Amino acid sequence: MHEMSIVQGLIAIIKEEMDKAKATRLISVRVKIGEMAGILPDALNTAFEIITTQNGMDGAVLNIDISPLTGFCRKCKKGFKVIDYRFSCPDCGVSDIEIVSGREMSIVELEVE
Amino acid sequence: MKISVVRNILEANDRIAEQNREIFNENSVLVINLMSSPGAGKTTLLEKTIDSLKDDIRIGVIEGDIETTRDAERISAKGVPAVQINTKGACHLDGNMIRDTFNEFNFTELDLLVVENVGNLVCPAEFKIGEDFKAMILSVTEGDDKPGKYPLMFHESKVLLVNKIDLLPYVDCSMEKIREDALKINPDIVIFPVSCKTGEGLDAWFTWLKERVKGKKVAL
Repeated sequence: MHEMSIVQGLIAIIKEEMDKAKATRLISVRVKIGEMAGILPDALNTAFEIITTQNGMDGAVLNIDISPLTGFCRKCKKGFKVIDYRFSCPDCGVSDIEIVSGREMSIVELEVE
Repeated sequence: MKISVVRNILEANDRIAEQNREIFNENSVLVINLMSSPGAGKTTLLEKTIDSLKDDIRIGVIEGDIETTRDAERISAKGVPAVQINTKGACHLDGNMIRDTFNEFNFTELDLLVVENVGNLVCPAEFKIGEDFKAMILSVTEGDDKPGKYPLMFHESKVLLVNKIDLLPYVDCSMEKIREDALKINPDIVIFPVSCKTGEGLDAWFTWLKERVKGKKVAL
């Protein structure tokens, strides 16, 4: 449901970057969305279509890359893929881990004219 | 022409949340972002918490709802400052909405500010508001499958209150499964099984919360 807010943030950044590049037309934008970002790609696409149309950016394409949920165990000094949202090291079992990827919500690239 | 830009889509909100946090820190106010699905008992928990702690701790509340001022009225009736935010459709509170309430509070006269987010187990977890931590309520009538279904919220919360435990004999919900699944997603989450109806388990929550408020005063 909050995909609308996400796209509003996205469009604000796109406008800034287009101004900087003196671009007038948005062709496409690539975003990276974490597996655990709480975003539904379909809802994001719908919101993007609505908001780009409202902002005179009709026809712009949204490309979504999903980044997998991975962690790093500070004890074993090893990375691992988080499966089934189990946030502990699959080898040693400790919870002293950090999330390496899977929570992102970032813009990666714009294609403009 | 392709332009490479790596920027966080929520950067504008994160920036405002950080500014809010600085103001809360300057005033040593502990701020909790309280989240749950609709009807889990957020406002009732707040009422009970205020009743128990208001002589020791100066509490303020921000109520987030899509419509109506009912919750703020319930909290104001307890004699603590309460401000209602109506999001008019938005499913979560954000940093900006919180900042807009600042004129309504005198933070030098508060120890604890609880922000009751819009009832929703998904979206509020993504938007920082400048809080010290997120707390969530899950009521047993919602079922023990919720940690697995909404992992983000459980992962982001520091504390989980499992409410309505007086109803456990009547519903197919296992306290053990909730505990097991929540700890799998967030091994550090602090869990309080409570009943806001009977008062069971609430003392442990009050004691824990008082310690956190005290901790914030000492830390700064």
